[in-house]
Amino acid sequence: MLLSPVAMHIPDGFLSVLVSIVLWIVSIVIVGYALKRVGKDLGERQVPLMGVLAAAIFAGQMLNFAVAGGTSGHLMGAAIATILMGPWAAILIMTSVVSIQALIFQDGGLLVLGANIFNMAIVGVAVAYMAYRTVLRITGNVKRGILIGGFVAAWFSIEIASLSVAMQLVFSGTSPAKLAIPAMAGVHALIGIGEGLITVGALAFLLSARPDLVKFGGTRPIGGRLVWLVGLLVTLALVIASPLASTRPDGLEWVAKQNGFLETARGPLYRIIPDYLVPGISSEALATIAAGILGTAIVLGVSLGVAYSRRNRQTSGG
Amino acid sequence: MHIHFLDPYQGGHSPIHRTDARVKLVLSVGFILTTALIPIGVWPIYVLLFAMVISFVILSGVGVGYVLKRAALAFPFVLAALPLIFTTPGLQLFSLTLGTWEIPVTLPGVERFFSIALKSWISVQAAILLTATTQFPDILTAMRAVRVPRLLVAIIGLMWRYLFVLADEALRLIRARAARSGEAEIPGHRKGGRIAWRAQTAGGMAGNLFLRSIERSDRIYVAMLSRGYDGEVRSMPLPKLEASNWIELILGGGILILLVVLSLLIWE
Amino acid sequence: MHHSIEIEGLTFSYPDGHEALNDVSLVIKPCEKVALVGPNGAGKSTLILHLNGILSGSGSVRVCGMKVGKDTLGRVRAMVGLVFQSPDDQLFSPRVYDDVAYGPLYQGLPLQTVQERVEESLAAVAMSDYSQRISHHLSMGEKKRIAIATVLSMKPEVLVLDEPTAGLAPRARRSLINLLHELPLTMLVSTHDMPLVKDLFPRMVILDQGRVVADGPTSVLMEDKELLDAHGLERPF
Repeated sequence: MLLSPVAMHIPDGFLSVLVSIVLWIVSIVIVGYALKRVGKDLGERQVPLMGVLAAAIFAGQMLNFAVAGGTSGHLMGAAIATILMGPWAAILIMTSVVSIQALIFQDGGLLVLGANIFNMAIVGVAVAYMAYRTVLRITGNVKRGILIGGFVAAWFSIEIASLSVAMQLVFSGTSPAKLAIPAMAGVHALIGIGEGLITVGALAFLLSARPDLVKFGGTRPIGGRLVWLVGLLVTLALVIASPLASTRPDGLEWVAKQNGFLETARGPLYRIIPDYLVPGISSEALATIAAGILGTAIVLGVSLGVAYSRRNRQTSGG
Repeated sequence: MHIHFLDPYQGGHSPIHRTDARVKLVLSVGFILTTALIPIGVWPIYVLLFAMVISFVILSGVGVGYVLKRAALAFPFVLAALPLIFTTPGLQLFSLTLGTWEIPVTLPGVERFFSIALKSWISVQAAILLTATTQFPDILTAMRAVRVPRLLVAIIGLMWRYLFVLADEALRLIRARAARSGEAEIPGHRKGGRIAWRAQTAGGMAGNLFLRSIERSDRIYVAMLSRGYDGEVRSMPLPKLEASNWIELILGGGILILLVVLSLLIWE
Repeated sequence: MHHSIEIEGLTFSYPDGHEALNDVSLVIKPCEKVALVGPNGAGKSTLILHLNGILSGSGSVRVCGMKVGKDTLGRVRAMVGLVFQSPDDQLFSPRVYDDVAYGPLYQGLPLQTVQERVEESLAAVAMSDYSQRISHHLSMGEKKRIAIATVLSMKPEVLVLDEPTAGLAPRARRSLINLLHELPLTMLVSTHDMPLVKDLFPRMVILDQGRVVADGPTSVLMEDKELLDAHGLERPF
């Protein structure tokens, strides 16, 4: 995971069920709102534009460049999508990118897809928007401002999204806070530089070829203030919480232990089933036996299926 | 030039290939959810889940080797969980000495780490099986069936359609860069320029790609308009789920629930 | 009886001030096959986009007797099938079936009719087996055929094609020409492929710098070496 964008895509198995489901709900609500906004505010011509740009961001991730020691810089794309299309469309674009990565390339899991959408499409975009607008506010809408803003937005989107990933790992009890947070933050501070440089390169190219495309520096999108505020709050929350969590991990890890869905759900469930269903055999042993029978049944069923379909193929083939 | 390696779908006529994509999507996610719900260290159930996934892989004819190899892609992330071996409190197995540092390795830590790694590995295999046996347009239909909004499905569909076209364009750009990346014959001169310069080149190529894709989306928009597009996303109605699909769903769901219950009983 | 296409005094300038069409007039009768030729930037593509109401300039454009305007857009787009140069832009759905069904679906036709239309159109371009294929796996020639099917499914009266033979290998080109020859529709084809013009189109219109500079029988215009040279065209052997 070191120095590769894969570190951003959490696979299945690394987040607790509770964290996964909560983040699914948050992502569904926010992406649903973005869909509404885009449907209402942006014209019908945005639909093909969002689809093709999402494909371009995916393809753009192939354009790596050598950094040092065999590692390479890549593109996540939240910042450039935000700068080109505004926050709402960017959320949808990044949601599409992250979904396809999970569904086709297993880059990130399915149960944790909600979390990955949250980190890259929502945190990434909101933070990029906040950073970009803030820089433009200071420098004015000039070329230099756009380039600096692009770099800052790209770096912050990567760094803050990685802190969000680290926090989720800690909350799930998968990674100890005092190691995960500094490691993710440190690695992504470097990856963020790569993201920043590519974003600046892309913006510089577009500014010279088609300056009209780098448009939203001038106009404020509807609901932009909200995104800016969310971006700021997420950034502040993670920047403040992370060092606290990694230096004084006791509180967080206590939460992690509590949230293990099963740790809490198991008690009452266990009490429903008496210890001894059959005299002399504990229910634990019984369950193991049942599992064995079930497994044998499944494997037997599947092998019959294989044999059957093979024979079918042979009879239909010959 | 066409990028086919990007499409992990493997054609076939196995029962798995023929199963309705909606059933496959729901059961795959259900399987992964089940795997996530199994507590730490319930090895018999892990073995069962693994046996199930491998059985279905064999049944699909996709190739066990292919799936296992692809599943290894998620392995690097395991590093994130590695520290658990040392930090989880519990019975100490042995300790590693690193210089003056002494790091304890605990039994619960080892158990926790291997559980996470194994569960993740099993889940990835299920996802690979889904994509290897289901054409993506069918997955799009399945997404509509589980109530993903039409607009989002339309964007993802367009993205998938142009993924290959744009990946081809990106490859052409990469080849053009490679063809011009010569080495100057100056002693002691490092090839490739400074990192910032290399990043600028890569960024310029990305910008180029974005520009082309924006221009392409203009042409697509015109093509859509000329066939009646009016801003609303329309699609063919979903085919009805048949009784056999429901039986598959109920049977699959039942087995998964049973596994969770059994795992809770075994877990101590 | 009305004409398939009637254009009168059409003038159009792009927002950047570039004048693409200047007082163009053109009448095409039903089932007539007309070639539109001229150098790059002559305004051929701009003219084509007017037939479908995607661009609108001053002057009048009538399609099948209907004046092209805001209220007739839906009908006009169904009557005029526009096939663009790059089939990768035309085929924007993941699967062939969805692309061919797109037009009828947006016309709001009942499902049964949509299905019939898809089958008919694919049969018309001899691609019946391709309905479940993935568009990006197809060859250039196959894509071009499917692209034509995507507009045939709307049952248009006029077929307008932009550079249909560009990028095709000889055999695929030949088979496409045969297909166009057989389709019983009014046809306006913008092209640089002069042998195609000679083979397929009895009438030819030369456009240069936004003006119609010649309009007449192909056999006559092709002999006028001076005219062809003046507008950057070459006489086929």
